[in-house]
Amino acid sequence: MSWVDYLKPLSQGAWVTVQLAVFSTLLGGVLSFAAGIGKISSNWAIRSVAIVYIEVFRGTSLLVQLFWLYFALPIAGAAIGLDLRLPPVEAGVAALGLNIGAYGAEVVRGAIQAVRPAQHEAAAALNFTRRQALWRVILPQAIPEMMPSFGNLAVQNLKDTALASLISLGDLSFRAEQIRNYTQDSTTVYTIILFMYFGMALVLTALMRLLERTVTRWQRAGS
Amino acid sequence: MTEPIIRFDKVVKRYGSLVVINELDFAVAPGEKVTIIGPSGSGKSTVLRILMTLEKIQGGLITVAGEPLWHEQKNGALRPAGDAHLRKMRRTLGMVFQQFNLFPHMTALRNVSEAPRQVLGLSKQDARERAEELLKMVGLADQMQKFPHQLSGGQQQRVGIARALAMRPRIMLFDEPTSALDPELVGEVLTVIRRLAEEHDLTMLLVTHEMRFAREVSDRVCFFDRGRMCEEGKPEELFTAPREQRTRDFLRAVL
Amino acid sequence: MLFGLSWDTDHGELAFAISILPILLRGLLVTLEASIAGFAVALVLGLIFAILKSARSRWISWPAIAIAEFCRDTPLLVQLFFLYYVLADIGIILPAFLTGALALGVQYSAYMAEVYRAGIEAVPKGQREAAHALDLTNARTFTHVILPQAVPRVVPALGNYLVSIMKDVPVLSVVTVLEMLSVAKIIGDQTFDYIVPLSMVGGLYLLLTLVASTIVRLIDVSLPKTGLPLR
Repeated sequence: MSWVDYLKPLSQGAWVTVQLAVFSTLLGGVLSFAAGIGKISSNWAIRSVAIVYIEVFRGTSLLVQLFWLYFALPIAGAAIGLDLRLPPVEAGVAALGLNIGAYGAEVVRGAIQAVRPAQHEAAAALNFTRRQALWRVILPQAIPEMMPSFGNLAVQNLKDTALASLISLGDLSFRAEQIRNYTQDSTTVYTIILFMYFGMALVLTALMRLLERTVTRWQRAGS
Repeated sequence: MTEPIIRFDKVVKRYGSLVVINELDFAVAPGEKVTIIGPSGSGKSTVLRILMTLEKIQGGLITVAGEPLWHEQKNGALRPAGDAHLRKMRRTLGMVFQQFNLFPHMTALRNVSEAPRQVLGLSKQDARERAEELLKMVGLADQMQKFPHQLSGGQQQRVGIARALAMRPRIMLFDEPTSALDPELVGEVLTVIRRLAEEHDLTMLLVTHEMRFAREVSDRVCFFDRGRMCEEGKPEELFTAPREQRTRDFLRAVL
Repeated sequence: MLFGLSWDTDHGELAFAISILPILLRGLLVTLEASIAGFAVALVLGLIFAILKSARSRWISWPAIAIAEFCRDTPLLVQLFFLYYVLADIGIILPAFLTGALALGVQYSAYMAEVYRAGIEAVPKGQREAAHALDLTNARTFTHVILPQAVPRVVPALGNYLVSIMKDVPVLSVVTVLEMLSVAKIIGDQTFDYIVPLSMVGGLYLLLTLVASTIVRLIDVSLPKTGLPLR
């Protein structure tokens, strides 16, 4: 087999990687806002859940989380009578999303708390409810601050998708390992996928920068 | 005076162990234009912030338009006010801030129309019309689509005034509205405030260092010192013949 | 059996947990060793990158920037496999542990280079100007004026990356480095009880990152903000 023959299975793997990255990033995004806002909620129950979630998923290794969801969760489920067996795709998306969501939550929380207190006062003086103030005044000002960090986290998440190959998810790394097993041609295969991951990372970085430009359009008005 | 629209009754405000408002008794009649002057730390801005429910009080009672502000009647007794009561009371008040505090991510038009739309429930069209009318009134008809960072300080403050007026409050609070402005921009803002005072029935509470302006516009001037009202009176009386020594000292230092 | 120790599956969950704790702790030790080794490699490689990236000649700085970016944007797992297989192919046989440390070092070197750069740039320009006015050589300016002031700014960031490296060590399990997670997985594979070992590893990790973060914070607090004192 020449290296050109590797490209087809690798491309299939790359497509899986892309889907994995997209879904887990979306999940992570939702969790980031939920936990980030939850951590500064006035409701202590919400706050506790957010804090525990963030500390656990930031304080432990992603691979540990992945293995736990894939190997341990089914057993825990059986013990309470639920079928919690997650196929590799679900386990992968869940672990990646939960993990990146915890890091993103701190970014969200930090950016929200960085908005000047005077803005809260102005919103209060105009009699916005706290929820209206958060969504219409505070978040639009916080989001531009989050973007650079979100860009880094997105690339980090893309890299992390490779770990899903360890629970037999047919992503790019998994396909590479398959080919290597078959052909013993490690150098070529791994060089190719290193460049494929690099290419994906560059595209992702460009997309995130585009997103950043969109949400900061109001900051550049008139210049 | 007739039933006051604002009444402070032995109000106490502390920051930790520091007493900022010291058993203050204070009343404002409906439609009255009152200016509060005094040295920094005298509590004058705090009075406004307490009225706008931005600060809690530790003692005493405040009534606005006949109803307690920081307390509410529950089961026949006075309890600390809950969120719903505070929101109800806030409808009567509007505030203009020293640092303008415009929403930087919204155009001038949106800044003024957002609260009427979201809080008062006006339709998009009605809120927009009200905002346009008010921006025209403060002389910013051609700046409606600009963002705050594209406007001068004086323009931003005028938007701030329009934004507060858009909620149709009965009482307008001005917390040192021109103190953060370059001198040449002060006049345009004072003009707007003067027109408001002359043409409208609004009750206005103004904290300012602009003594000449205070003299022109106010029905009454109050001198605050160390958390208490030291002296009050008609502008001509207080400025030309203050009774208290501390008032004299202050006026001599600033005029 | 692992590390010469066996576990107890006959007396319920708690006895099982207690019996595997020493085994997991052995794995924890390997985790710590791998973290420190990887951290050391990253510190050195990062310094090399930082120096190359700030070289005056574009022929040096641009490739350095590109390579650093490459190391940063590609997965640790793939870098590890690459080093493991490719080094063997060209005849360099390294113990798996060293390959792992090398991979960790490569992955994090790009981040370290950034930390160095940011720390040095954060030292006020006036310091360099003052040193120049006092006629200090470039080398002495760097080692006695810039570097001591850059250290306090750099330590917290480096410390945080050390904690990150600890969380990445389990990836080394694919080249049979017996760190904490692989130990737990082996126990799970052989006893069919994954919950206890994996949950304990999770708990141990929380403890580990907590202790490590606290130590980093303590070091950060004890460093004078103005720089390492030179007598």
